[in-house]
Amino acid sequence: MSLEARQVSFSYRRGKPILQTINLTLEAGEWVGLAAPSGRGKTTLCRLLAGYERPTGGEILLDGRPLPDRGVCPVQMIWQHPETALDPRLRLRDTMRETGVEDRLLHALNIEPAWLDRYPLELSGGELQRFCIARALHPQTRFLLCDEITAMLDLITQAQIWRFLQEEAGRRGLGLLVASHNGALLERLCTRIVPL
Amino acid sequence: MEPILEINGLSLSFTQYERGTRRRSLPVIRDLSLSIAPGEVAAVVGASGSGKSLLAHSILGLLPYNSHLEGEIRFLGQPLTPQRTKKLRGREIVLVPQGVTYLDPLMKVGPQIRGGDRTEQARQRSRRALERYGLGTETENLYPFELSGGMARRVLIASAVTTDPKLVIADEPTPGLDARAAGRVLGHFREIAEGGAGVLLITHDLELALTIASRVTVFYAGETVEEARAADFTQDRLRHPYTRALWHAMPQNSFTPIPGTQPYPGAVTEGCLFAPRCPSSQPECQRAPVPYRPLRGGRVRCLHPEGGEVP
Repeated sequence: MSLEARQVSFSYRRGKPILQTINLTLEAGEWVGLAAPSGRGKTTLCRLLAGYERPTGGEILLDGRPLPDRGVCPVQMIWQHPETALDPRLRLRDTMRETGVEDRLLHALNIEPAWLDRYPLELSGGELQRFCIARALHPQTRFLLCDEITAMLDLITQAQIWRFLQEEAGRRGLGLLVASHNGALLERLCTRIVPL
Repeated sequence: MEPILEINGLSLSFTQYERGTRRRSLPVIRDLSLSIAPGEVAAVVGASGSGKSLLAHSILGLLPYNSHLEGEIRFLGQPLTPQRTKKLRGREIVLVPQGVTYLDPLMKVGPQIRGGDRTEQARQRSRRALERYGLGTETENLYPFELSGGMARRVLIASAVTTDPKLVIADEPTPGLDARAAGRVLGHFREIAEGGAGVLLITHDLELALTIASRVTVFYAGETVEEARAADFTQDRLRHPYTRALWHAMPQNSFTPIPGTQPYPGAVTEGCLFAPRCPSSQPECQRAPVPYRPLRGGRVRCLHPEGGEVP
C-alpha cells in the first residue's frame, strides 16, 4: 500500500503558493521524516495528504486512487495542539465513542480510566495527545501523519509515545510521516528524511 | 558575589472549595530553593503541570487571591515584599512571557514597547531596543497580528529589556520556533546575562536549557529534585534518578522512557513523590519527606542519590 503526493501545489485563497509541485511517496511500514523550518508548509502538506484540503494542482493518491470521501479514511492525522483537536464540550469518553477506540489502545497508551470522565480543559497536553493518538489508530488506519505531535511534551512522555507508536506501527505495518523541528528525533525514528 | 535572586524554602498552595463550604489546601510548589548570580543564566526544567510557571508568578507577585505563599524570596539581598515587588516589576524584574497573546492586539508595537511613555527619550529607547534585535523602525507601526512568530518573540524580548532590568524571567520563550530561530532567541538571553543581569529560563525543554544555562534546576510535581551544572549531564554525574530518566529519554541518547506519569498536585504522599516510578526506590523513601541537600556542587532531594550517599 502507498500514499502519494503527485505534483502537488497549494495556495490558500488569493495567497501566494505555499507548496509547489511537491512529490512524496510513503510506503506501508515506512517512517519518513519531514524536516523544514517554520512556515514552509509542513502542516499544510499533512492536511492535504489526510484529505482536509484539496490541492490546487496535482493529486493525492492512495494506492493510485483518490482518497475515499466517505467512511473511515485510512490516512489519519495527529495534530500539534491536541487541545484544539478535541471537542471542548464533550467528555473524552464521548469523543472516543464517536470513533470507537479499542480498550487495548487506552491501556497501552497509559490512559487512566478516570480521564475518560473529564472534559479536555481538565487534562494536560500530554494526556490529551494520548487520546488523539488512540483515536487516530482506528483498525482501518493505514497511514499516520504526525505533525509535531510531541513538541510540547517533556522528554519522558515524548519517548513513551514514540516507543508505543513504533511498536504499534511495526505490528500493523503502518506507514508514518513525521514532521518535526527536532533533527535528533527524526534521526532516531525515521528510515529516511525528506526536506521540504 | 551577592546573588541577584535567592529563594529559600518556597511553598505555594491554593485554597479550593470542595463541596459546599468545606475548604481544602492544594499544595502546588513545595520547599523550593534556588539562586541566580549576576551574569548567570539559570534554568528551571519541568514537565507541564510541575508548577514551574507558578514560580515565575510567585516572584513577580502575580498570584491569585486564593494562593498562600511561604518561604523567602530575596532580590539583591533584600526580601521581596509585595510593595517592593510592585515597584520593581516591569523595571528591574521583567517577564518575557510565553506567547504572542501577551501583546495587546489593538496597540501598535512602538507604543507597546514604550508602555505608554510618550517622551522622546522613551521613543529613542524603544528604537534602540528594536534595532538590537534586528527589527527596523517600521516595526513600530505594525500591529501584533502583522508579526511572524519569530518577530513577535523578539518584540516581547525588546519590550522586556528596554528598562535595563537586573532579572529577566523567560517563561517557555521558544516553542514553535525552529532550531535556528530558537538559537537566536537564546543568544539574546545570553547577551542580556553577559551585560550583568540574571536570567531565569523556565522551560520543559531540557536540550534547550542545556544549550545556554550554566545551572539547571529540575522540577518534578512541584518539588525541586535536583540542581546540577550543565556539565553534570554530559559527564554522567547526575544525582537524582528522575534527572537521569529525563536525560536517557532524549532522542540523541538511549530514547528509553520510564513508565508512569507525573502525579497531580495535591497527591497525598508522605515521602518522595517520584518513588512510585523510581527504579531504585526503597521502602523508607515513601515514609517521610525527603530533605533537599547539597551534593557534589549541586543539590539533590533523594535518600539514595546516584553515585554515593549524602554525607
